[in-house]
Amino acid sequence: MASERIRRFSRTERLAHWWLAATTGLMTVTGAFLYFPALAQLLDRPTAKLLHLVAAIALPAGWLLLTLVGDHRALGRTLRDADRLDDDDLKWLSGGPRRLVNRDDEPPQGRLNAGQKLNLMVTLGLMVVLGVTGVLLWLGERDTTYRFAGSVHVHDLATLALTFLVAGHLYLALLHPTTSPALEGMTGGSVDREWARRHHAKWVAAEEASGAAEEPAEPAVLATGSERLPER
Amino acid sequence: MNSDRGIPLGRAAFLGTVVAGIGGIALTSRFSGAVSSAMSGVAGAIPVVKEIAPTKGWRIYAVNPPMPVFDPASYKLELGGIVDNARTLTWDEVAALPTELQVSDFHCVTGWSVNGVQWQGIRPRTIVDLCRPTAVTTHVTFFSSEHPYMDQLTLDQFLEADVMLATGMDGRPVPRAHGAPLRLVVPRMYGYKGVKWVNAIRFDPGPVFGYWEQRGYDIDAWVGDSNGL
Repeated sequence: MASERIRRFSRTERLAHWWLAATTGLMTVTGAFLYFPALAQLLDRPTAKLLHLVAAIALPAGWLLLTLVGDHRALGRTLRDADRLDDDDLKWLSGGPRRLVNRDDEPPQGRLNAGQKLNLMVTLGLMVVLGVTGVLLWLGERDTTYRFAGSVHVHDLATLALTFLVAGHLYLALLHPTTSPALEGMTGGSVDREWARRHHAKWVAAEEASGAAEEPAEPAVLATGSERLPER
Repeated sequence: MNSDRGIPLGRAAFLGTVVAGIGGIALTSRFSGAVSSAMSGVAGAIPVVKEIAPTKGWRIYAVNPPMPVFDPASYKLELGGIVDNARTLTWDEVAALPTELQVSDFHCVTGWSVNGVQWQGIRPRTIVDLCRPTAVTTHVTFFSSEHPYMDQLTLDQFLEADVMLATGMDGRPVPRAHGAPLRLVVPRMYGYKGVKWVNAIRFDPGPVFGYWEQRGYDIDAWVGDSNGL
């Protein structure tokens, strides 16, 4: 008999997610201190800038470390999942706004739904853009040859776009009734099987067909509980 | 789940974001110029907007809004400190001082620049000759009518050939947003040294921290050689 829970994210995947959240959060806060004169008076510029740059370097460094010492196959699986969108994904996207209001049944989805796939890939793209423009801004402080008017515009716009994405992400993860159970997958690794069957039907069917993702009958919300399971 | 099924829209979203961002560095430079031109047209028809509308990529900062309003009838420029000839000038007296033109780039410490700004202004030597600071003077402090903003240069920095107290900008009087009627221009230092809305200049025997230097910014704000990590 299948357990009540199903493993959704490995420890490596969760660490990659929370490392992104922590470093990006720190960059957003320190960036605001550097950017807004009113806030700049509350934290001195050298400290804010040091923290901003440390976070900017720590993000890719941490991901690289996770890739080397963690479960790189899990990270690869996530990227492959996010890369491909099938017909059900396209239907999910086209009916998304109406579904949020009417709570209509959703087309069967894989481990990541279409919105999560695009959110991940656009977020990764924004990280690259912020990294490139950040390096140009850093170089421009040393040599005005590297001061392009567009660098700061694009850095600002990318930050704004990321802020909207994160705001929507937080709403869906914390407040929206049909999506908030997904947060357990990012804290402890597993989610309620019945919830997964309703919202990620193709994934659950594939996992059950392969006999994988069995979760012992134990509370899996806390990270320490699920960490006893072998990594996938 | 078979990850190989479907179309690779995920990588398209990733690459599209990266291409839009990197391409945007070049495009937004041109785009911001077009926006500035459009804004100038609109702003020209509305006097109040004309005064505060930023042009050519400027970002306007104020530490104690609203920005000061220039009134020629009541404006006073106090020149004092350790000088032989402390003076208080009216606007008419300031406007009667000799001026020069220069074109220089403006760099903000937050990362943006405006190239080719045309300034018209009073050279420091004119002020120094007027006040005659004593031999112990080493620094010059500039006070803004946007209290409590102030900043300081060494006397040698103040006397650099490209420093001026600007009364005009891009062919018209310095707009309100840029420090009307008088602002300090130090092209080779970041913009926070360029005190706007100047209403007092004091010659000092030693250094004091300016507004932003009290908050961790470098005292000598040379572009390309300060405020970095």
